[in-house]
Amino acid sequence: MTALLSATGITARHGRNTVLQNVDISLNAGEIVTIVGPNGSGKSTLLRVLIGALKPAKGTVTRQSGLRIGYVPQKLHIDPTMPMTVRRFLNLPNAASDEDATNALHAAGAHDATNALHAAGAHDVMHHQMADLSGGQFQRVLLARAILEKPHVLMLDEATQGLDQPGSARFYQQIDAVRRDLNCAVLMVSHELHVVMSASDRVICLNGHVCCEGTPDVVSAAPAYRELFGTGTGGALALYRHEHDHHHHDHDHDHKAAQ
Amino acid sequence: MLDDFMIRAGLAALGTAMATGLLGCFVVWRRMAYFGDATAHAAILGVAVALMFGWSIFAGVGLVAAAMALLIYGLTGRGQAIDTILGVLAHGALALGLVAVTLIPGQRIDLDAYLFGDVLTVSRFDLGVIWGGAAVVSLVLWQHWRALLTATISPDLAYAAGLNPRREQLVLTLLLAAVVAVAIKVVGALLITALLIIPAAAARRLTQTPEQMAGLAMVIGGVSALGGLRVAVMLDTPVGPTIVCVAAGLFAIGTLGGKIRSLI
Repeated sequence: MTALLSATGITARHGRNTVLQNVDISLNAGEIVTIVGPNGSGKSTLLRVLIGALKPAKGTVTRQSGLRIGYVPQKLHIDPTMPMTVRRFLNLPNAASDEDATNALHAAGAHDATNALHAAGAHDVMHHQMADLSGGQFQRVLLARAILEKPHVLMLDEATQGLDQPGSARFYQQIDAVRRDLNCAVLMVSHELHVVMSASDRVICLNGHVCCEGTPDVVSAAPAYRELFGTGTGGALALYRHEHDHHHHDHDHDHKAAQ
Repeated sequence: MLDDFMIRAGLAALGTAMATGLLGCFVVWRRMAYFGDATAHAAILGVAVALMFGWSIFAGVGLVAAAMALLIYGLTGRGQAIDTILGVLAHGALALGLVAVTLIPGQRIDLDAYLFGDVLTVSRFDLGVIWGGAAVVSLVLWQHWRALLTATISPDLAYAAGLNPRREQLVLTLLLAAVVAVAIKVVGALLITALLIIPAAAARRLTQTPEQMAGLAMVIGGVSALGGLRVAVMLDTPVGPTIVCVAAGLFAIGTLGGKIRSLI
């Protein structure tokens, strides 16, 4: 299978700092790939290289022709001097019909997020100012906008920042549903190891270079991964195993409490 | 009709203020006020160049403003804050222009006309340049609106959508130079930035979308221009500064109005 998007031998610099060195990555249709790594490991830089926002010092990025990318940035700051309703934002860069916009908001879970907070429907969210949204709602509107691009690849950069644990777990469920609907590949960056691991087909552990790569099981067992994330991940990994491996019946009540 | 200097002045001020109101929204959204200042101040240098070579003022100002805008555009590509360099360029260009104008032999120039504008002396030709320039600016903005808006909100979103934010920035840069050339006769080099920023800022609190804000900024610019001209004639005050005063007054009303509306 030819990759939707691939990059080979990527070296990227910020000023004199080499942030990425000789990184290879490829993404196939329909798979969820997660990039994990400590702060400053070049995760966001790699995404920016892949969307074309940053020219790598070395290496090449190859996109399937006509590839549409739905990008959900880590943070989006809309200058307070710009008035912007949710509805108008969803039209960027391409106009979307009211029906599509409503559907996208539903698919992104903005409806639920709003229901919980304001007891209002997606229709009402449309007329809110972006600046008035909560962190969770804002992220969901960003996701809805990306969905409206009908992307072949959905890219999320630390998309669950500022969400609590149940909130980010729901967010990842939504991503999975979106993937099935659009049949798109998902590439995400995260530091929330346990949630991410369980939601991914493939994990890439990055620290300036690719430390290890593979299915969540393989990566979590890899020495390089353990070295990077240390003992602090013991609990998270246990949780990950726990969620996927239901032999530990005696811990079942803990499992429910954790969710 | 165009024989009446008051009508010519009114039309010139109206065309200029509507173009600056529209473009000014992007200046406000992208925090380019200092950029606008530097480009506008370079206009005085443009006046000197025009007088030296016997060109039209519009040509000299447009050329030098464009050169300054391109220089700043090049400097902004490096991802560093260039606030200080902009300050040096803005005031350096203004000072150099002021010196250069006085060095031109055999010319006694009314410098005030270029610093603060002299809309009462616009000719039919000036009027054509002003409205032609304003039309070009509006048309280009209309064509690039979608891409410009996306790039303004987030360059990364624009890249991901296959747009080129750097190109959009270049377009905006050149439009700014064009507006400076158009506006110099009306409000002068020192107050062009005011006419870019104030109508847009006044429209902010009263609108819900970028398009509404742009539309209202044009209206506020137009009202300021005509209102300011009328007040200036009544009180016998300089037209350019009076237009800016009226715009600032509308800003105060718009801000208070927006505050009161948000309280209700």
